[in-house]
Amino acid sequence: MSGAGEGPGHGLGGRPTTGARTRSIAEAAWAAAGRDGERNGHGRTRLQWLMARFGRGTVIGIPYIWLLLFFLLPFLIVLKISFAEFRIGLPPYTPLLEWIEGGYLQIKLAFGNFLFLLDDPLYVVAYLNSLKVALVSTLIALLIGYPMAYAIARASPTWRAVYLLLVILPFWTSFLIRVYAWIGILKNNGLINNALISLGLIDSPLPLLNTEVSLYIGIVYSYLPFMVLPLYATLEKMDIALIEAAADLGCRPFKAFLTVTLPLSMPGIVAGSMLVFIPAVGEFVIPDLLGGAGTLMIGKVLWSEFFNNRDWPVASAVAIAMLIFLVIPIVVFQYYQHKHAERAEES
Amino acid sequence: MKRSPVFLYAMLAFGFAFLYVPILLLILYSFNESRLVTVWGGFSLKWYAELFRNEQMLNAALVSLRVAVTSATIATVLGTLSALMMGRFGRFRGRLLFTGMITAPLVMPEVITGLSLLLLFVSLETVIGWPAGRGIDTITIAHTTFCMAYVNVVVQSRLVGLDRSVEEAAMDLGARPLKAFLVITLPMLAPALVSGWLLSFTLSLDDLVIASFVAGPASTTLPMVVFSSVRLGVTPEINALATLLVLLATATILIAAGFMWRQERERERVATKALKTERGGSHTSSSRP
Repeated sequence: MSGAGEGPGHGLGGRPTTGARTRSIAEAAWAAAGRDGERNGHGRTRLQWLMARFGRGTVIGIPYIWLLLFFLLPFLIVLKISFAEFRIGLPPYTPLLEWIEGGYLQIKLAFGNFLFLLDDPLYVVAYLNSLKVALVSTLIALLIGYPMAYAIARASPTWRAVYLLLVILPFWTSFLIRVYAWIGILKNNGLINNALISLGLIDSPLPLLNTEVSLYIGIVYSYLPFMVLPLYATLEKMDIALIEAAADLGCRPFKAFLTVTLPLSMPGIVAGSMLVFIPAVGEFVIPDLLGGAGTLMIGKVLWSEFFNNRDWPVASAVAIAMLIFLVIPIVVFQYYQHKHAERAEES
Repeated sequence: MKRSPVFLYAMLAFGFAFLYVPILLLILYSFNESRLVTVWGGFSLKWYAELFRNEQMLNAALVSLRVAVTSATIATVLGTLSALMMGRFGRFRGRLLFTGMITAPLVMPEVITGLSLLLLFVSLETVIGWPAGRGIDTITIAHTTFCMAYVNVVVQSRLVGLDRSVEEAAMDLGARPLKAFLVITLPMLAPALVSGWLLSFTLSLDDLVIASFVAGPASTTLPMVVFSSVRLGVTPEINALATLLVLLATATILIAAGFMWRQERERERVATKALKTERGGSHTSSSRP
């Protein structure tokens, strides 16, 4: 099955020589692949030699360079442009570095954009409102999602698979379409109002769309699966014997829940909450379609700063300020992800 | 666990009703004869006919499909490589930075990702002349970047669950890492690759915000068309489109789930068979827990 250039004894080629005790064989073999090419280089085709020599480097290099170029570098550019000034032209911002006459390099950092954000109550209110909306939505999603995840984790294996599929399915259907569905339900001549009027409960339609209520409904509805899945993952792994032991020792179910189940499911609660909270802070589509003109959220402000005012430097400053708000939750999320991955690796 | 199942099941039913009633209503009203979304005027397929006559919508759908197929494919390759790095390479230089960069897109607000990528493309164009203008290519790059983070999660969780001993045995027997990967690891990862690809495909097809930032004048995607017509009000045509998209998503996930399930059963069958051979065929049933 193997290629033509395989010499005898090179079967050991992928094997580690030293220091492999602590790592697994597979890991060490990958690591050794690079070094090994130098030693056994002659007995193979050129391609094989290249693969062995640069294989590990290539596997690491390609995704690494991609993310550096298309994920990290863009943030540095946003940071740079947030210190530029708006001008009419292409590109619509002033350069930070400029050669001026006499061989001077001039650095111009405009802090004006950030001072402007602090000065104008619109931005401060939008930030605070976004945090409030995201926090309340996360709590509601947790209150609905926790019992759901708990029920799924305790169902029989067959039903568990069906329930999980039902939780995941909305995640695969268009987000925009699902938000749109609520417009037809909540608007003045929508389904809820029509039903209430025909039942004779109300005379004139309740204003449901373009309120805070519709905003919360939209966010919780869109992000609920993100809350349920991590919660389910931790609750499913939990040892039921612990709760039985608590019950045997005379603990009431509610107290057992508070002292055993809840603390043990903390990683799921944190992961789920972060998955809802962080994107909700910067949400644009839901406040735009369901929140109406009255709701100020920072994602919407950034959008209109960019698309309507065409002020790229201020839009960049809004983005940087949003990131500063989100750094702590993002780091917490990554920490838990990291710990989760490590624990999975150990077991 | 027998404690208060009534409450739990009530919450489960409520949650599912909350998730599904809006979608079901949307599907129901796509067959409505009347233009008024809330008045039932009899069964009709006319909105579907209207949808397929809408040139702008069809063109946008083609753009979206092209972007989704390309970016899902590249994202699957890059996401699998990253999962391999994270799951099999142990420590390497810059691992912490990489971990940050591969998980952050999962939670990053879309407006920030969109803005930052647009500013990157504009800067690159002024500095090196590429990309010349924005369009399908820039949307594809943007989608690939966030989709690969999802593929990484899907593949990595599968990789963690894999039995490493088979890989190690292959390498003990002389397979080089690349060969061990191609012959042993890759086939075992196949279900994760399929679901990672499908997930990327649907995420790309669904994205409005990032595409709006990085799209050029000639490259309008389907969500962008839907968004601008939804802003003008509810139209039954969008209901028809929504129904088709929901059917597409349901079919996709059922295929993905079926694929995973078959693989799982196959593995169990092989395991049972191995067990039987080992015990001289004396046991007829699997003793797997």
